[in-house]
Amino acid sequence: MAAGFKTVEPLEYYRRFLKENCRPDGRELGEFRTTTVNIGSISTADGSALVKLGNTTVISPPTDAPDKGYVVTNVDLPPQCSWRFRSGPPGEEALVASQFIADVIENSQIIQKEDLCISPGKLAWVLYCDLICLDYDGNILDACTFALLAALKNVQLPEVTINEETALAEGNLKKKSYLNIRTHPVATSFAVFDDTLLIVDPTGEEEHLATGTLTIVMDEDGKLGCLHKPGGSGLTGAKLQDCMSRAVTRHKEVKKLMDEVIKSMKPK
Amino acid sequence: MVTQSVRSARGRAEVIIAATRGVGAMEEEMHTDAKIRAEIGTGCSPRGPGCSLRHFACEQNLLSRPDGSASFLQGVAEKSRERLIRNTCEAVVLGTLHPRTSITVVLQVVSDAGSLLACCLNAACMALVDAGVPMRALFCGVTCALDSDGTLVLDPTSKQEKEARAVLTFALDSVERKLLMSSTKGLYSDSELQQCLAAAQAASQHVFRFYRESLQRRYSKS
Repeated sequence: MAAGFKTVEPLEYYRRFLKENCRPDGRELGEFRTTTVNIGSISTADGSALVKLGNTTVISPPTDAPDKGYVVTNVDLPPQCSWRFRSGPPGEEALVASQFIADVIENSQIIQKEDLCISPGKLAWVLYCDLICLDYDGNILDACTFALLAALKNVQLPEVTINEETALAEGNLKKKSYLNIRTHPVATSFAVFDDTLLIVDPTGEEEHLATGTLTIVMDEDGKLGCLHKPGGSGLTGAKLQDCMSRAVTRHKEVKKLMDEVIKSMKPK
Repeated sequence: MVTQSVRSARGRAEVIIAATRGVGAMEEEMHTDAKIRAEIGTGCSPRGPGCSLRHFACEQNLLSRPDGSASFLQGVAEKSRERLIRNTCEAVVLGTLHPRTSITVVLQVVSDAGSLLACCLNAACMALVDAGVPMRALFCGVTCALDSDGTLVLDPTSKQEKEARAVLTFALDSVERKLLMSSTKGLYSDSELQQCLAAAQAASQHVFRFYRESLQRRYSKS
Protein backbone atom coordinates (compact mmCIF):
# COMPACT_ATOMS: atom_id res chain seq x y z
CA MET A 1 0.00 0.00 0.00
CA ALA A 2 2.71 2.44 1.02
CA ALA A 3 4.89 1.37 -1.88
CA GLY A 4 2.03 2.01 -4.28
CA PHE A 5 1.41 5.45 -2.87
CA LYS A 6 5.11 6.24 -3.04
CA THR A 7 5.27 5.43 -6.76
CA VAL A 8 2.16 7.38 -7.64
CA GLU A 9 2.69 10.47 -5.49
CA PRO A 10 6.32 10.63 -4.38
CA LEU A 11 6.19 14.24 -3.25
CA GLU A 12 3.08 13.80 -1.11
CA TYR A 13 4.51 10.62 0.38
CA TYR A 14 7.59 12.56 1.29
CA ARG A 15 5.73 15.52 2.71
CA ARG A 16 3.90 13.27 5.16
CA PHE A 17 7.24 12.26 6.65
CA LEU A 18 8.60 15.78 6.68
CA LYS A 19 5.57 16.97 8.60
CA GLU A 20 6.59 14.65 11.41
CA ASN A 21 10.14 16.00 11.18
CA CYS A 22 11.68 12.79 10.01
CA ARG A 23 12.55 11.01 6.80
CA PRO A 24 11.50 7.67 5.25
CA ASP A 25 14.76 6.01 6.19
CA GLY A 26 14.24 6.94 9.82
CA ARG A 27 16.75 9.76 9.99
CA GLU A 28 16.16 13.15 11.55
CA LEU A 29 16.29 16.18 9.31
CA GLY A 30 19.75 17.05 10.46
CA GLU A 31 21.23 13.60 10.59
CA PHE A 32 23.84 12.17 8.27
CA ARG A 33 23.97 8.64 6.96
CA THR A 34 26.65 6.35 8.32
CA THR A 35 29.96 7.27 6.77
CA THR A 36 32.62 4.64 6.28
CA VAL A 37 36.04 5.06 4.75
CA ASN A 38 38.57 2.48 3.65
CA ILE A 39 42.06 3.75 2.82
CA GLY A 40 44.69 2.08 0.70
CA SER A 41 42.37 -0.50 -0.78
CA ILE A 42 43.93 -0.36 -4.23
CA SER A 43 47.50 -1.58 -4.07
CA THR A 44 48.42 -0.70 -7.65
CA ALA A 45 47.72 2.98 -7.09
CA ASP A 46 49.92 5.33 -5.13
CA GLY A 47 47.08 6.21 -2.84
CA SER A 48 43.43 5.37 -2.75
CA ALA A 49 40.32 5.59 -0.69
CA LEU A 50 36.85 4.13 -0.75
CA VAL A 51 34.14 6.18 0.87
CA LYS A 52 30.60 5.09 1.61
CA LEU A 53 27.93 7.57 2.66
CA GLY A 54 24.93 5.35 3.27
CA ASN A 55 24.61 3.69 -0.10
CA THR A 56 26.62 6.21 -2.09
CA THR A 57 30.06 4.81 -2.74
CA VAL A 58 32.96 6.67 -4.30
CA ILE A 59 36.43 5.34 -4.91
CA SER A 60 39.49 7.47 -5.60
CA PRO A 61 42.86 6.13 -6.74
CA PRO A 62 45.17 9.01 -7.83
CA THR A 63 48.01 8.21 -10.24
CA ASP A 64 50.94 10.42 -11.06
CA ALA A 65 53.43 11.39 -13.74
CA PRO A 66 56.26 13.91 -13.74
CA ASP A 67 55.37 16.87 -15.88
CA LYS A 68 54.09 20.10 -14.35
CA GLY A 69 53.01 20.46 -10.78
CA TYR A 70 49.27 20.37 -10.76
CA VAL A 71 46.31 18.22 -9.88
CA VAL A 72 43.90 16.96 -12.50
CA THR A 73 40.60 15.72 -11.24
CA ASN A 74 37.93 13.79 -12.97
CA VAL A 75 34.66 12.56 -11.59
CA ASP A 76 33.24 9.57 -13.34
CA LEU A 77 29.60 8.58 -12.98
CA PRO A 78 29.43 5.32 -14.93
CA PRO A 79 26.12 3.70 -15.92
CA GLN A 80 26.44 0.96 -13.32
CA CYS A 81 26.12 3.38 -10.43
CA SER A 82 22.61 4.47 -11.26
CA TRP A 83 19.82 4.14 -13.81
CA ARG A 84 20.14 7.86 -14.36
CA PHE A 85 23.42 7.68 -16.27
CA ARG A 86 24.01 6.26 -19.73
CA SER A 87 27.32 5.18 -21.21
CA GLY A 88 29.11 7.59 -23.54
CA PRO A 89 30.63 11.03 -22.99
CA PRO A 90 30.39 12.37 -19.44
CA GLY A 91 27.01 13.84 -18.67
CA GLU A 92 26.38 17.21 -17.10
CA GLU A 93 26.26 15.83 -13.59
CA ALA A 94 29.75 14.34 -13.90
CA LEU A 95 31.17 17.52 -15.43
CA VAL A 96 29.69 19.73 -12.76
CA ALA A 97 31.04 17.43 -10.06
CA SER A 98 34.51 17.46 -11.69
CA GLN A 99 34.47 21.23 -11.79
CA PHE A 100 33.37 21.35 -8.16
CA ILE A 101 36.20 19.09 -6.99
CA ALA A 102 38.74 21.05 -9.04
CA ASP A 103 37.46 24.25 -7.40
CA VAL A 104 37.67 22.73 -3.94
CA ILE A 105 41.29 21.75 -4.48
CA GLU A 106 42.19 25.16 -5.82
CA ASN A 107 40.24 27.20 -3.31
CA SER A 108 41.15 25.35 -0.13
CA GLN A 109 44.75 24.84 -1.21
CA ILE A 110 44.92 21.29 0.12
CA ILE A 111 48.32 20.95 -1.43
CA GLN A 112 50.60 23.69 -2.58
CA LYS A 113 51.66 23.30 -6.18
CA GLU A 114 55.21 24.06 -5.06
CA ASP A 115 55.22 20.86 -3.01
CA LEU A 116 54.66 18.95 -6.20
CA CYS A 117 57.75 20.40 -7.81
CA ILE A 118 60.78 18.14 -8.01
CA SER A 119 63.21 20.41 -9.74
CA PRO A 120 62.20 23.98 -10.48
CA GLY A 121 61.68 24.60 -14.16
CA LYS A 122 62.33 21.01 -15.10
CA LEU A 123 60.33 18.41 -13.30
CA ALA A 124 57.20 18.30 -11.23
CA TRP A 125 54.49 15.88 -10.27
CA VAL A 126 51.07 15.79 -11.86
CA LEU A 127 48.48 14.13 -9.71
CA TYR A 128 45.65 12.53 -11.57
CA CYS A 129 42.70 11.99 -9.26
CA ASP A 130 39.91 9.89 -10.64
CA LEU A 131 36.81 9.67 -8.57
CA ILE A 132 34.64 6.82 -9.67
CA CYS A 133 31.19 6.44 -8.31
CA LEU A 134 30.27 2.84 -7.69
CA ASP A 135 26.82 3.43 -6.33
CA TYR A 136 24.82 6.63 -6.62
CA ASP A 137 22.32 7.39 -3.89
CA GLY A 138 22.51 11.16 -3.64
CA ASN A 139 25.01 13.52 -2.07
CA ILE A 140 27.76 12.75 -4.53
CA LEU A 141 29.67 15.96 -3.79
CA ASP A 142 30.20 15.19 -0.11
CA ALA A 143 31.33 11.65 -0.85
CA CYS A 144 33.72 12.81 -3.58
CA THR A 145 35.32 15.49 -1.42
CA PHE A 146 35.82 13.03 1.39
CA ALA A 147 37.23 10.35 -0.93
CA LEU A 148 39.60 12.87 -2.46
CA LEU A 149 40.86 13.99 0.92
CA ALA A 150 41.30 10.44 2.16
CA ALA A 151 43.13 9.39 -1.00
CA LEU A 152 45.43 12.40 -0.90
CA LYS A 153 46.33 11.61 2.68
CA ASN A 154 47.19 8.14 1.55
CA VAL A 155 49.30 9.10 -1.48
CA GLN A 156 52.96 8.22 -1.26
CA LEU A 157 55.22 9.72 -3.87
CA PRO A 158 58.56 8.05 -4.58
CA GLU A 159 61.58 10.26 -4.26
CA VAL A 160 62.86 11.45 -7.61
CA THR A 161 66.39 12.68 -8.23
CA ILE A 162 67.84 13.99 -11.43
CA ASN A 163 70.95 12.19 -12.53
CA GLU A 164 73.65 14.81 -13.23
CA GLU A 165 75.20 12.98 -16.16
CA THR A 166 72.22 11.75 -18.06
CA ALA A 167 69.87 14.60 -16.99
CA LEU A 168 67.16 11.99 -16.61
CA ALA A 169 64.90 11.53 -13.68
CA GLU A 170 65.40 8.52 -11.52
CA GLY A 171 62.74 7.41 -9.17
CA ASN A 172 63.64 5.67 -5.98
CA LEU A 173 60.68 3.43 -5.35
CA LYS A 174 62.00 2.25 -2.03
CA LYS A 175 61.88 5.68 -0.50
CA LYS A 176 58.40 7.14 -0.51
CA SER A 177 57.01 10.13 1.29
CA TYR A 178 53.54 11.32 2.04
CA LEU A 179 52.07 14.47 0.59
CA ASN A 180 51.91 17.56 2.71
CA ILE A 181 48.20 18.11 3.23
CA ARG A 182 47.63 21.63 4.49
CA THR A 183 43.92 21.85 5.06
CA HIS A 184 41.08 19.40 5.35
CA PRO A 185 38.07 20.66 3.48
CA VAL A 186 34.85 18.84 4.22
CA ALA A 187 31.69 19.27 2.16
CA THR A 188 28.20 19.32 3.66
CA SER A 189 25.22 19.14 1.35
CA PHE A 190 21.67 20.21 2.04
CA ALA A 191 18.45 19.84 0.09
CA VAL A 192 15.71 22.46 0.20
CA PHE A 193 12.10 21.36 0.22
CA ASP A 194 9.15 23.58 -0.60
CA ASP A 195 11.25 26.69 0.02
CA THR A 196 11.34 26.16 3.76
CA LEU A 197 12.65 22.87 5.05
CA LEU A 198 16.32 22.12 4.95
CA ILE A 199 17.55 18.55 5.21
CA VAL A 200 21.09 17.35 5.41
CA ASP A 201 22.74 14.61 3.31
CA PRO A 202 19.94 13.97 0.79
CA THR A 203 19.51 10.50 -0.71
CA GLY A 204 18.97 10.05 -4.45
CA GLU A 205 15.20 10.26 -4.14
CA GLU A 206 15.33 13.28 -1.89
CA GLU A 207 17.57 15.10 -4.34
CA HIS A 208 15.14 14.33 -7.11
CA LEU A 209 12.18 15.71 -5.16
CA ALA A 210 13.97 18.68 -3.67
CA THR A 211 13.38 22.19 -4.95
CA GLY A 212 16.99 23.19 -4.42
CA THR A 213 20.36 22.04 -3.13
CA LEU A 214 23.23 23.72 -1.30
CA THR A 215 26.76 22.50 -0.65
CA ILE A 216 29.15 24.17 1.78
CA VAL A 217 32.84 23.29 1.89
CA MET A 218 34.51 24.20 5.14
CA ASP A 219 37.99 23.69 6.49
CA GLU A 220 39.22 23.64 10.07
CA ASP A 221 39.52 27.38 10.70
CA GLY A 222 35.89 27.88 9.81
CA LYS A 223 36.91 29.26 6.46
CA LEU A 224 34.65 28.47 3.56
CA GLY A 225 36.19 27.07 0.42
CA CYS A 226 33.00 26.99 -1.55
CA LEU A 227 29.35 27.87 -1.25
CA HIS A 228 27.76 26.04 -4.12
CA LYS A 229 24.11 26.71 -4.65
CA PRO A 230 23.07 26.01 -8.23
CA GLY A 231 19.69 27.74 -8.35
CA GLY A 232 16.61 26.34 -6.73
CA SER A 233 14.41 28.00 -4.14
CA GLY A 234 15.67 31.01 -2.27
CA LEU A 235 17.32 31.00 1.14
CA THR A 236 17.36 33.78 3.68
CA GLY A 237 20.51 34.85 5.49
CA ALA A 238 19.32 33.22 8.72
CA LYS A 239 18.82 29.82 7.07
CA LEU A 240 22.28 30.13 5.60
CA GLN A 241 23.65 30.72 9.09
CA ASP A 242 22.04 27.47 10.30
CA CYS A 243 23.66 25.62 7.44
CA MET A 244 27.03 27.06 8.36
CA SER A 245 26.82 25.80 11.94
CA ARG A 246 25.76 22.36 10.73
CA ALA A 247 28.72 22.35 8.35
CA VAL A 248 31.09 23.16 11.21
CA THR A 249 29.84 20.18 13.27
CA ARG A 250 30.04 17.92 10.26
CA HIS A 251 33.63 18.97 9.68
CA LYS A 252 34.55 17.94 13.19
CA GLU A 253 32.87 14.53 12.77
CA VAL A 254 34.58 13.81 9.49
CA LYS A 255 37.98 14.96 10.67
CA LYS A 256 37.73 12.68 13.67
CA LEU A 257 36.80 9.72 11.49
CA MET A 258 39.66 10.46 9.13
CA ASP A 259 42.22 10.74 11.93
CA GLU A 260 41.10 7.43 13.43
CA VAL A 261 41.46 5.66 10.12
CA ILE A 262 44.88 7.15 9.42
CA LYS A 263 46.08 6.21 12.89
CA SER A 264 44.91 2.65 12.42
CA MET A 265 46.89 2.45 9.19
CA LYS A 266 50.22 3.76 10.40
CA PRO A 267 51.86 0.49 11.60
CA LYS A 268 51.86 -0.87 7.99
CA MET B 1 7.13 45.63 -32.83
CA VAL B 2 6.19 43.70 -29.80
CA THR B 3 3.42 41.18 -29.44
CA GLN B 4 2.19 40.40 -26.02
CA SER B 5 1.16 36.87 -26.89
CA VAL B 6 2.97 34.59 -24.55
CA ARG B 7 2.73 31.48 -26.61
CA SER B 8 4.45 32.82 -29.65
CA ALA B 9 6.89 35.25 -28.19
CA ARG B 10 10.53 35.40 -28.77
CA GLY B 11 12.52 37.72 -26.63
CA ARG B 12 16.04 38.92 -26.70
CA ALA B 13 17.91 41.14 -24.33
CA GLU B 14 21.39 42.41 -24.45
CA VAL B 15 22.36 43.65 -21.07
CA ILE B 16 25.57 45.45 -20.76
CA ILE B 17 27.36 46.24 -17.57
CA ALA B 18 30.11 48.74 -18.26
CA ALA B 19 32.20 46.95 -20.82
CA THR B 20 30.94 43.45 -20.18
CA ARG B 21 28.34 42.71 -22.72
CA GLY B 22 26.15 39.67 -22.69
CA VAL B 23 23.32 38.95 -25.02
CA GLY B 24 20.47 36.82 -23.85
CA ALA B 25 18.19 35.39 -26.45
CA MET B 26 15.07 33.45 -25.80
CA GLU B 27 13.19 31.31 -28.19
CA GLU B 28 9.99 29.66 -27.38
CA GLU B 29 7.80 28.68 -30.22
CA MET B 30 8.81 30.92 -33.11
CA HIS B 31 6.97 33.71 -34.86
CA THR B 32 7.30 37.30 -33.86
CA ASP B 33 10.35 38.97 -32.49
CA ALA B 34 10.18 41.00 -29.39
CA LYS B 35 13.59 42.44 -29.09
CA ILE B 36 15.12 44.82 -26.70
CA ARG B 37 18.68 45.84 -26.72
CA ALA B 38 20.62 47.25 -23.90
CA GLU B 39 23.36 49.73 -24.33
CA ILE B 40 26.58 50.35 -22.52
CA GLY B 41 27.92 53.28 -20.74
CA THR B 42 31.36 54.06 -22.22
CA GLY B 43 34.28 51.83 -21.46
CA CYS B 44 35.54 52.85 -18.05
CA SER B 45 32.88 55.12 -16.72
CA PRO B 46 33.26 56.12 -13.08
CA ARG B 47 31.07 54.48 -10.53
CA GLY B 48 27.90 56.34 -9.66
CA PRO B 49 27.62 57.97 -6.24
CA GLY B 50 26.09 55.93 -3.45
CA CYS B 51 26.38 52.70 -5.39
CA SER B 52 29.53 50.89 -6.23
CA LEU B 53 28.12 49.09 -9.25
CA ARG B 54 29.52 50.30 -12.51
CA HIS B 55 27.27 52.35 -14.68
CA PHE B 56 24.99 50.33 -16.82
CA ALA B 57 21.98 50.99 -18.96
CA CYS B 58 19.46 49.10 -20.92
CA GLU B 59 17.70 50.69 -23.79
CA GLN B 60 15.19 49.21 -26.12
CA ASN B 61 16.35 48.97 -29.65
CA LEU B 62 15.82 46.61 -32.45
CA LEU B 63 18.36 44.04 -33.36
CA SER B 64 18.35 43.60 -37.09
CA ARG B 65 19.48 40.02 -37.09
CA PRO B 66 17.03 37.79 -35.27
CA ASP B 67 19.23 34.78 -35.57
CA GLY B 68 22.34 36.30 -34.18
CA SER B 69 22.43 34.16 -31.11
CA ALA B 70 24.98 31.47 -30.49
CA SER B 71 25.82 29.49 -27.44
CA PHE B 72 29.04 28.41 -25.87
CA LEU B 73 28.76 24.79 -25.02
CA GLN B 74 32.36 23.73 -24.92
CA GLY B 75 34.26 23.11 -21.83
CA VAL B 76 33.51 22.09 -18.34
CA ALA B 77 33.52 25.64 -16.97
CA GLU B 78 30.87 26.65 -19.45
CA LYS B 79 28.78 23.60 -18.59
CA SER B 80 28.84 24.42 -14.94
CA ARG B 81 28.00 28.07 -15.60
CA GLU B 82 25.13 26.95 -17.80
CA ARG B 83 23.81 24.74 -15.09
CA LEU B 84 23.89 27.57 -12.55
CA ILE B 85 21.97 29.91 -14.85
CA ARG B 86 19.54 27.20 -15.88
CA ASN B 87 18.72 26.21 -12.33
CA THR B 88 18.19 29.84 -11.34
CA CYS B 89 15.78 30.34 -14.26
CA GLU B 90 13.97 27.10 -13.44
CA ALA B 91 13.41 28.28 -9.90
CA VAL B 92 11.59 31.43 -10.99
CA VAL B 93 9.86 30.48 -14.23
CA LEU B 94 6.32 29.18 -13.77
CA GLY B 95 6.80 26.09 -15.87
CA THR B 96 3.39 24.65 -15.10
CA LEU B 97 1.77 27.34 -17.27
CA HIS B 98 3.65 26.03 -20.30
CA PRO B 99 3.28 22.27 -20.45
CA ARG B 100 5.09 20.33 -23.16
CA THR B 101 7.15 23.39 -23.96
CA SER B 102 10.88 23.84 -24.05
CA ILE B 103 12.23 27.26 -23.17
CA THR B 104 15.71 27.87 -24.53
CA VAL B 105 17.80 30.73 -23.27
CA VAL B 106 20.80 31.52 -25.41
CA LEU B 107 23.52 33.76 -24.03
CA GLN B 108 26.28 35.18 -26.20
CA VAL B 109 29.26 36.82 -24.57
CA VAL B 110 30.19 39.85 -26.61
CA SER B 111 33.04 40.97 -24.39
CA ASP B 112 34.19 40.12 -20.90
CA ALA B 113 35.45 42.76 -18.50
CA GLY B 114 34.75 40.95 -15.24
CA SER B 115 31.58 39.87 -13.39
CA LEU B 116 30.61 37.67 -16.33
CA LEU B 117 28.27 35.31 -14.51
CA ALA B 118 26.32 38.18 -12.96
CA CYS B 119 25.95 39.80 -16.37
CA CYS B 120 24.71 36.53 -17.85
CA LEU B 121 22.12 36.22 -15.12
CA ASN B 122 20.87 39.75 -15.70
CA ALA B 123 20.68 39.19 -19.43
CA ALA B 124 18.79 35.95 -18.95
CA CYS B 125 16.26 37.62 -16.67
CA MET B 126 15.67 40.50 -19.07
CA ALA B 127 15.28 38.11 -21.97
CA LEU B 128 12.70 36.08 -20.08
CA VAL B 129 10.79 39.25 -19.20
CA ASP B 130 10.94 40.45 -22.76
CA ALA B 131 9.59 37.18 -24.05
CA GLY B 132 6.71 37.44 -21.64
CA VAL B 133 7.46 34.21 -19.84
CA PRO B 134 5.50 34.14 -16.56
CA MET B 135 7.81 34.22 -13.58
CA ARG B 136 7.24 34.27 -9.87
CA ALA B 137 9.97 36.85 -9.34
CA LEU B 138 12.73 38.63 -11.16
CA PHE B 139 16.32 37.85 -10.35
CA CYS B 140 19.58 39.64 -10.68
CA GLY B 141 23.23 38.72 -10.42
CA VAL B 142 25.78 40.57 -8.27
CA THR B 143 29.49 39.81 -7.92
CA CYS B 144 31.64 40.66 -4.89
CA ALA B 145 35.38 40.40 -4.66
CA LEU B 146 37.32 40.22 -1.41
CA ASP B 147 40.91 41.29 -1.62
CA SER B 148 43.71 40.30 0.74
CA ASP B 149 42.89 43.00 3.35
CA GLY B 150 39.27 41.92 3.42
CA THR B 151 37.95 44.97 1.55
CA LEU B 152 34.77 44.32 -0.33
CA VAL B 153 34.52 45.40 -3.95
CA LEU B 154 31.21 45.07 -5.74
CA ASP B 155 31.08 44.33 -9.44
CA PRO B 156 34.85 43.82 -9.87
CA THR B 157 36.74 44.24 -13.14
CA SER B 158 38.74 41.32 -14.56
CA LYS B 159 41.92 42.64 -12.99
CA GLN B 160 40.27 42.99 -9.58
CA GLU B 161 38.88 39.48 -9.87
CA LYS B 162 42.28 38.02 -10.63
CA GLU B 163 43.96 39.76 -7.73
CA ALA B 164 41.18 39.07 -5.25
CA ARG B 165 41.41 36.49 -2.52
CA ALA B 166 37.83 35.43 -3.10
CA VAL B 167 35.16 36.16 -5.68
CA LEU B 168 31.52 35.51 -4.81
CA THR B 169 28.62 35.70 -7.25
CA PHE B 170 25.05 35.71 -5.99
CA ALA B 171 21.68 35.60 -7.70
CA LEU B 172 19.00 37.31 -5.63
CA ASP B 173 15.27 37.34 -6.19
CA SER B 174 13.25 40.52 -6.37
CA VAL B 175 10.52 39.64 -3.87
CA GLU B 176 12.41 39.04 -0.65
CA ARG B 177 16.04 39.33 -1.77
CA LYS B 178 16.50 35.65 -1.02
CA LEU B 179 19.58 33.86 -2.21
CA LEU B 180 18.71 31.89 -5.34
CA MET B 181 22.14 30.92 -6.54
CA SER B 182 25.65 31.30 -5.29
CA SER B 183 28.97 30.41 -6.83
CA THR B 184 32.17 31.24 -5.02
CA LYS B 185 35.87 30.99 -5.61
CA GLY B 186 38.55 31.31 -2.95
CA LEU B 187 38.66 31.18 0.84
CA TYR B 188 36.64 33.46 3.07
CA SER B 189 35.13 33.41 6.53
CA ASP B 190 31.53 33.13 7.61
CA SER B 191 31.28 36.79 8.64
CA GLU B 192 32.75 37.93 5.32
CA LEU B 193 30.09 35.88 3.56
CA GLN B 194 27.32 37.60 5.49
CA GLN B 195 28.89 40.98 4.71
CA CYS B 196 29.04 40.22 0.99
CA LEU B 197 25.49 38.92 1.01
CA ALA B 198 24.23 42.09 2.69
CA ALA B 199 26.14 44.28 0.22
CA ALA B 200 24.79 42.25 -2.69
CA GLN B 201 21.24 42.60 -1.38
CA ALA B 202 21.65 46.37 -1.17
CA ALA B 203 23.14 46.52 -4.68
CA SER B 204 20.37 44.36 -6.10
CA GLN B 205 17.93 47.17 -5.41
CA HIS B 206 19.73 49.28 -7.97
CA VAL B 207 19.59 46.50 -10.52
CA PHE B 208 15.87 45.96 -10.04
CA ARG B 209 15.20 49.67 -10.27
CA PHE B 210 17.15 49.69 -13.51
CA TYR B 211 15.05 46.80 -14.85
CA ARG B 212 11.90 48.69 -14.00
CA GLU B 213 13.05 51.93 -15.61
CA SER B 214 14.23 50.27 -18.78
CA LEU B 215 10.99 48.37 -19.17
CA GLN B 216 8.99 51.52 -18.56
CA ARG B 217 10.98 53.32 -21.21
CA ARG B 218 10.43 50.50 -23.65
CA TYR B 219 6.71 50.31 -23.29
CA SER B 220 6.21 54.05 -23.19
CA LYS B 221 7.95 54.40 -26.58
CA SER B 222 5.78 51.90 -28.39
